[in-house]
Amino acid sequence: MTDITNLSLADLRDALKDKKVSASETTDAYLARIDAAKDLNAVITVTADKARAMAKVSDDKLSRGEGGALEGVPLGIKDLYCTEGVLTTAGSHILDGFKPRYESTVTGNLWRDGAVMLGKLNMDEFAMGSSNETSFYGPVVSPWRRAGPNSHKDVTPLTPGGSSGGSAASVAARLCAGATATDTGGSIRQPASLTGTVGVKPTYGRCSRWGIVAFASSLDQAGPIARDVRDAAIMLRSMAGHDAKDSTSIDCPVPDYEAVLGQSVKGLKIGVPKEYRLDGMPDEIEKLWADGVAWMKDAGCEIVDISLPMTKYALPVYYIVAPAEASSNLARYDGVKFGHRAKDYDDILSMYETTRAEGFGDEVKRRVLIGTYVLSAGYYDAYYLRAQKVRKKIFDEFSEAYKKVDLILTPSTPSAAFGLGEKDGDPVQMYLNDIFTVTANLAGLPGASIPAGLDAQGLPLGLQLLAKPFDEETMFKGMHALEQAAGFSARPDEWWG
Amino acid sequence: MAVDKETVRKVARLARIAEPEERLEPLAEEISGILGWIEQLNEVDIEGVEAMASTVDVSLALRADALQEGPTGGGQPDNIVANAPKTQDHFFVVPKVVE
Repeated sequence: MTDITNLSLADLRDALKDKKVSASETTDAYLARIDAAKDLNAVITVTADKARAMAKVSDDKLSRGEGGALEGVPLGIKDLYCTEGVLTTAGSHILDGFKPRYESTVTGNLWRDGAVMLGKLNMDEFAMGSSNETSFYGPVVSPWRRAGPNSHKDVTPLTPGGSSGGSAASVAARLCAGATATDTGGSIRQPASLTGTVGVKPTYGRCSRWGIVAFASSLDQAGPIARDVRDAAIMLRSMAGHDAKDSTSIDCPVPDYEAVLGQSVKGLKIGVPKEYRLDGMPDEIEKLWADGVAWMKDAGCEIVDISLPMTKYALPVYYIVAPAEASSNLARYDGVKFGHRAKDYDDILSMYETTRAEGFGDEVKRRVLIGTYVLSAGYYDAYYLRAQKVRKKIFDEFSEAYKKVDLILTPSTPSAAFGLGEKDGDPVQMYLNDIFTVTANLAGLPGASIPAGLDAQGLPLGLQLLAKPFDEETMFKGMHALEQAAGFSARPDEWWG
Repeated sequence: MAVDKETVRKVARLARIAEPEERLEPLAEEISGILGWIEQLNEVDIEGVEAMASTVDVSLALRADALQEGPTGGGQPDNIVANAPKTQDHFFVVPKVVE
């Protein structure tokens, strides 16, 4: 088979089980694609030897008719997940040379089920960013390009989104069969939307956070970025599950998400929140959203207008809560236990200060400073405590809405992908990318982005579905219905390599 | 609330980040801009609302007070210091802190 890498994860899984392809040849095919896609800068570390060794073990199992749910399937891993013996950078200079002596629970679950690790994927530094431009390893370039005049492609490098930009770009460019990602304010759904891929942020507590480099612990959640809804369902089932090592991971059964795909959505109540209609939002986004509503209606859903008036406060709450938690979590990077240590210092204090000044990039420093400020004596009540109370109001508002609806449908992002460097002036402009996604993190809800159309320049646009806590099954049903109706099949031209 | 240069200096010290003198003023402007945008939270009536730190409503699970197995367990000093920039005999080495 010449084009193994064009198989969806589901089809690849079946082809491997039927011995139509081997894990080793599949792995080699993906490694060759990664090698040819250096222009995308999507991969920080390629683990070719490890991948081939894992593939060989999978082939042995498959030849005996054994193997797990992902046996022999090659995946990319966001470089926020600790992987035993393999460089783990979180996109930061301060983790130089860090090779964890343990495996994150979620990646461990994937290897338990037979998946093969191709490498570690680029990302915004400590997952702080919406464009992948804060990575110490340089920005990821989206495989997508704008359509130019006379059917020539505009060569302006575009962002794949962030922070899971390497994951989204790798999946869109078919450098892996699927990828892990993480979402603190939209870092799975926003890049998925910008790259025409499917991204799923499960309910907070669905996946273990153990061994994932912490950014904002009450918001961080692991999830997959995949080519289609079925692939995402397969990956999430393996990634999810209770873990005693994460006290916020929830002990409840993990359903077979794939089994619900194709089930009727007839009678489901779909909420459409009017506050997600923004001034100045491109007409194309407005139209896409209307299309989504029409598709769900055609599938037999009942459309319910809802109001979530706290929506406009979600990002300001996020930019207190997330930096506050980050300033605490990132206190561990002090040049003592792992990673970078400054060469020149006078005493222990200047060692800490110089190490952190050298090791952190500008956006991370900015957030650590804001977090330190809002937690400092005299400001705690005015900022942090107030933000936690507004967060409760956002949570309550969703709880009320979910008494009336089963799912909520919104656009995933306020615009299509933008050019690298186009939004590096005002941090707040960059933060606004997450305006539709951040509410789900604050309320702990599951959310997903599904590719639904192209804008006038030929760039992908996504729709977002939000569900009730731990009701990912209904979300997947809705995602599948949207996917079927949208019939999104566009692919980026392979200008790289 | 606008943040001035001296506040940035103080906060940078608290955060253990050496910010050069010439960065303090630009940082004060950037942070003031972000905090100014955040100020809109003052419009929200939070009277009687409880503060929410986590969306997960479970009490922490108790376990036996015994050494754990696996990566969170004890008896693995080699692993603990394996990634440290400077070590000696399973200790982390730092500049002298006690005279």
